[in-house]
Amino acid sequence: MSDLKVTANPGSLDVIVTRTFHAPREKVFRAFTDPALIVQWWGGPGELTTQIDVMEPRPGGRWRFVENDNQGNIHAFHGVYHSVAAPECIVYTFEYEGFPGSVAMETIRLEERDGSTYMMDQLVFQTLEARDGMVASGMEEGTRAGLDRLEAVVARL
Amino acid sequence: MDSDTLSLTFAALADPTRRAILERLKLGDATVNELAAPFAMSLPAVSKHLKVLENAGLITRGREAQWRPSRLDAAPLKEAFDWLEHYRSAWEARYRRLDALLDAMDDEQHP
Repeated sequence: MSDLKVTANPGSLDVIVTRTFHAPREKVFRAFTDPALIVQWWGGPGELTTQIDVMEPRPGGRWRFVENDNQGNIHAFHGVYHSVAAPECIVYTFEYEGFPGSVAMETIRLEERDGSTYMMDQLVFQTLEARDGMVASGMEEGTRAGLDRLEAVVARL
Repeated sequence: MDSDTLSLTFAALADPTRRAILERLKLGDATVNELAAPFAMSLPAVSKHLKVLENAGLITRGREAQWRPSRLDAAPLKEAFDWLEHYRSAWEARYRRLDALLDAMDDEQHP
């Protein structure tokens, strides 16, 4: 089991994903910013195939990913890099093309911890509707907002 | 479990009073009066919450008209939890691929 944690508290505008990678921070940073590396892990066999339309990881650079879920459904996402500070931080905007006009801001921070790398990925939406709408509209199935709520309740039952 | 059922479960769990009611029912069946006791809330308000929980299949209610004790039904929670695990495992699968890639990458700095 990894230490993966997905947090989406009720009434909050953000979704936070944290996880430790047992690799040096420089490597993890490269895996997040090199298009040739991203395609190797973002989509997987039997799940999604990810096509990188544009990826310019530098301040002001654009990115656009197109995901195909192998059932004929295509989901595209795009945005602009705000800052790319190797090896610790990447900040970019994020817009799901199925829900246009709603722009989220994503910050990926990488911290060194005893030779491993701790990732904190925060996605902040403009409205609760946007957060829940984005989540519900197909990037992943279901309501991410409900997850931690549900988990907290189930854990006590 | 279809997404409509999941939506009902999540919507029912979204309210702190309803979560508290479920926690109370974990200890045993209870009447509306007993469930209302810890809350500064009218009986009709509590009944409304019970209705939501009942519609989501999270509780069942007794037939005795006067008492109608509520009982926790954990089945939808279990199903939702299984779904959640599946969902999390999809995230985890992606990060496992990244783990494998990180292992395979050479340690040299690329320009």
